[in-house]
Amino acid sequence: MSEILVIAEHRGGELRPVSLELIAAANELKASSGSTVAVALIGAEAAALTGAVSVEGVDEIVTVAVSNTNFQPEEWAAAATALIEARSPSLVIMPHSVDSWGFAPALGATGNYGFATDVFGIAQDGGEWVATRAMYKEKVHAEIDFPGKSTVVLTVRGGTWKPQEGSSSPAVSSLDASATANSQHVTFVEPPATGDVDITQAEFMLSIGRGIAEEDNVEQFAELAEAVGATLGCSRPIADSGWLPKSRQVGQSGQIVGACKLYLALGISGSVQHQAGMKHVENIICVNTDPEASIFSIARYGIVGDIFDIAEELATHFE
Amino acid sequence: MKILVAIKQVANLDDEFEIREDGKDVDPDFCDFEINEWDDYSLETALQIRENNGDEGEIVVVTVGPDDAEDELRKCLGKGADRAIRVWDDAIEGSDQVAIARILTKVVEQEAPDMVFMGVQAADNAYAQTGMSVAKQLGWPHAAVVSSLDYTPGASTATARRELEGGLEEEITVNCPAVLTIQLGINEPRYASLRGIKQAAAKPLDEISHGDLGLSDDEVGEAGSVSRVRKVFVPEKGQAELIEGTPAEQAARLAEILKELSGA
Repeated sequence: MSEILVIAEHRGGELRPVSLELIAAANELKASSGSTVAVALIGAEAAALTGAVSVEGVDEIVTVAVSNTNFQPEEWAAAATALIEARSPSLVIMPHSVDSWGFAPALGATGNYGFATDVFGIAQDGGEWVATRAMYKEKVHAEIDFPGKSTVVLTVRGGTWKPQEGSSSPAVSSLDASATANSQHVTFVEPPATGDVDITQAEFMLSIGRGIAEEDNVEQFAELAEAVGATLGCSRPIADSGWLPKSRQVGQSGQIVGACKLYLALGISGSVQHQAGMKHVENIICVNTDPEASIFSIARYGIVGDIFDIAEELATHFE
Repeated sequence: MKILVAIKQVANLDDEFEIREDGKDVDPDFCDFEINEWDDYSLETALQIRENNGDEGEIVVVTVGPDDAEDELRKCLGKGADRAIRVWDDAIEGSDQVAIARILTKVVEQEAPDMVFMGVQAADNAYAQTGMSVAKQLGWPHAAVVSSLDYTPGASTATARRELEGGLEEEITVNCPAVLTIQLGINEPRYASLRGIKQAAAKPLDEISHGDLGLSDDEVGEAGSVSRVRKVFVPEKGQAELIEGTPAEQAARLAEILKELSGA
């Protein structure tokens, strides 16, 4: 019987929720491929997280107690390699996350395993794994196969599967692995407290992107947000330019606006990274000059037009 | 001091495009090309390190790509890189990121720089893979998604911050030489000056093949890859209900919708 191995991710002693999404993905593939599902926990203290991953469908948990508690790329790559060599899983999945970007490519680079990143579809075709990912800024999807590889390693896009619920009592085993660590964790740096709002609590967001063009235009949209009763947010370029504090940034490297029910995106094209923070919102409305912008494919309502014209007219309805 | 910066020419697909006859890629006639946005930040990181080093040191840019990719190398030379290398030949066509990384690894071994900078990912296909794949093949220290860097040429370690999810950062020290992937926002990339652009035309740009790097045919292209695109297709997408009319009419309807959905 073949195995699907999920490499769980954790930070600061907490399981990252995306790990449960990957277990759900593994469970979906479990029946169709006749596989078992094992979850690997890598890290000096990762064994403390066995309870957190004992969700429905997990057959086994394997802990690899490397010397670092926090992510360290060489140790994580060595642990993953040891797991693959010891267990010969047919499929290994891990989140397409910043930590995975740091170590997963090392597995592909060995040349021994099939490898693809940012995958959001996984299927079997004639007993071989086929992965689906996007290309050309999401305009095209591609099916990827892995000729001649008995183990395939994939990093999987967050938000694709719903987190696995339920509970199980999997067997727990351990494995040893070690590597020379050529980098050392010093500290985690929390985003600066700005005394600003917490956008993760906002129910109505008005977010601005590159379309505002100049820093001087921020004020106009800050006033509009206040007038319509929304919390002002932004996409990455606005925060990178220092036009709004990082705490207002929505997206993968910013915040996920978990409480938001209504999201008005002005001059935001809707990159994958931005969508990671807001795609889940029930009512997304967008205004953009480019009708091909990907934000239109996830919005409920859209206006193809100039955000300055629309903003000026919109303000007259909220005086 | 020598820093090697690896760049990629990325494709922007036209609104209307066609899939290639073999179904495995889009027809390149429907693409515009530009330098990957992340690479501007990698190059700027290298340029600033040299400026802070009394303008001492060499910056070499490299890409794996066809003739057109020379444009992006020239732009880097215009901004201040000293020398460029473009690797390409027909056998490289069809390489996945592992095979591309194998080629870049050979270039690094030949050049023996003190640091290698690459973008976190490329804007078109977003693999987020090549930099760390090069590090593994070299056996060099590495860190991905660097959002700030404190490095003095010749030092045995550098201090960097990695940008994690949700606004969190991690400070690390990393042994040098290292391969680092550079994140957007680490600096403010400069524009090339007119003088720089003029000078760039005279700077050396070497064109080499995989054979020049000592790689065999089966180490590049599909044979040297661990993944293969078997087909591409246009996904079905949701489409927003468009609000039509003049800006005044559109805004009036938008105001109604906002008032209704926000419960105001």
